[in-house]
Amino acid sequence: MKINFILNGKNVWVETDPLKRLLDVLREDFGLTGVKEGCGEGECGTCTVLIHGKIAYSCIIPVGAADHAEIMTIEGYRKTERYKALQDAFAEAGSVQCGFCTPGFVLAAESLLREDARPGETAIREAISGNLCRCTGYNMIVEGIKIASLKGKGLW
Amino acid sequence: MVRAYRPPDFQSALTIMRENRAIPLAGGTDLMVSRRRWSGLSPFFAKPVLFIGHLEEIKRVEIDITNIKIGSACSLASLLEHREIPEVLKIVISQMATPAIRNIGTLGGNICNASPAGDALPVLYAMDASVVLQRKAEIRTLPIEKFITGPGETVLKDDELLTSIIIPKKSYNVGFYRKVGTRQANSLSKLSFQGLARIEEGKISDIRISFGAVAMTVIRSREIEEILIEKSGKEIEKLIPEVSSLYSAVIKPIDDQRSNIRYRKTISLKLLRYFLRTVLISKIG
Repeated sequence: MKINFILNGKNVWVETDPLKRLLDVLREDFGLTGVKEGCGEGECGTCTVLIHGKIAYSCIIPVGAADHAEIMTIEGYRKTERYKALQDAFAEAGSVQCGFCTPGFVLAAESLLREDARPGETAIREAISGNLCRCTGYNMIVEGIKIASLKGKGLW
Repeated sequence: MVRAYRPPDFQSALTIMRENRAIPLAGGTDLMVSRRRWSGLSPFFAKPVLFIGHLEEIKRVEIDITNIKIGSACSLASLLEHREIPEVLKIVISQMATPAIRNIGTLGGNICNASPAGDALPVLYAMDASVVLQRKAEIRTLPIEKFITGPGETVLKDDELLTSIIIPKKSYNVGFYRKVGTRQANSLSKLSFQGLARIEEGKISDIRISFGAVAMTVIRSREIEEILIEKSGKEIEKLIPEVSSLYSAVIKPIDDQRSNIRYRKTISLKLLRYFLRTVLISKIG
């Protein structure tokens, strides 16, 4: 099946098995390795992408279901001002240790801040509740998102 | 490689179902996990797959004087954002899975998956929800408890699609929901409890109680609920032991990797008593 979608702002298409996981299409057909495979069953959030601006797990989405979707991965998002604000805030708060989960957390933060530019701690924890991090213990990530929302004022 | 279809509209979807007996896939958040294979391989489906998650005809919420009609392919997140969705349903949905799954997973999928631990089910049973099933030649509507017949089992015919969920509009002034799991987010329920009631002039005029994950399907007993109708706070207090033992007889949980019989039964009955004594009676005053 030929599947068309918007990937990181560009119209793209791929001729593939429509049941192939979006994760595999992004990594193998488009070389976007910022999308990671962790658990492969929608638990850990390392394969998080934005679909129409909202987070989704690309490991449990067949690419055929993403036809005509607007998909953004960390590679597209890193070109934005908002990414820069999150990058600086994550660095300041020590939100990154091994880094494997980080693209997912950055996109979860974007998905949250787009809805709520000044989220409280509860909203932040809720927004990242589907992303696992085995290094930081989460507090530094929560802090990073708080800093981004303050220093990135006006971006969201 | 199994075939997959992406119909342009709902009528074409019904035609494909008639001709191919396909597996409908809306969000796929359950199917993709249960059919997964090694990393890098497509999931395994024994039958053709029909994508329905993009079909606008089954993604609408329609409201009339008596009912709320929710399209089966509405994402869980879209229902949380919808102004007309009852708060009691939103409380349940907001505790399902994680934000990323709620953005993709659908209400219809949670019903058709028919897991005894399906989180949307107890509240739908309590609200007297019905499901609308459609195939090329027929539309039928069934109460949800007639639709789900066992773990993973429904009466959905192999050329039929669940198109919408109908919830009668009712106003409850008491609602109580507890999901018991190992952690706050993304846990599969050990058990769940839903209580809904309407109190008028110091008495119960309407009450619905349901339990999730403690039997083959959701438990709701209209006979036991009937005992509590028109009762005052004092009368309910006296009835608690009787009601508790009646529910004890119908709650038949199993031991599995998530919990065990004793825990599930004990906590279910504790939640029942908490609902009756602390939530309901204190509200009656």
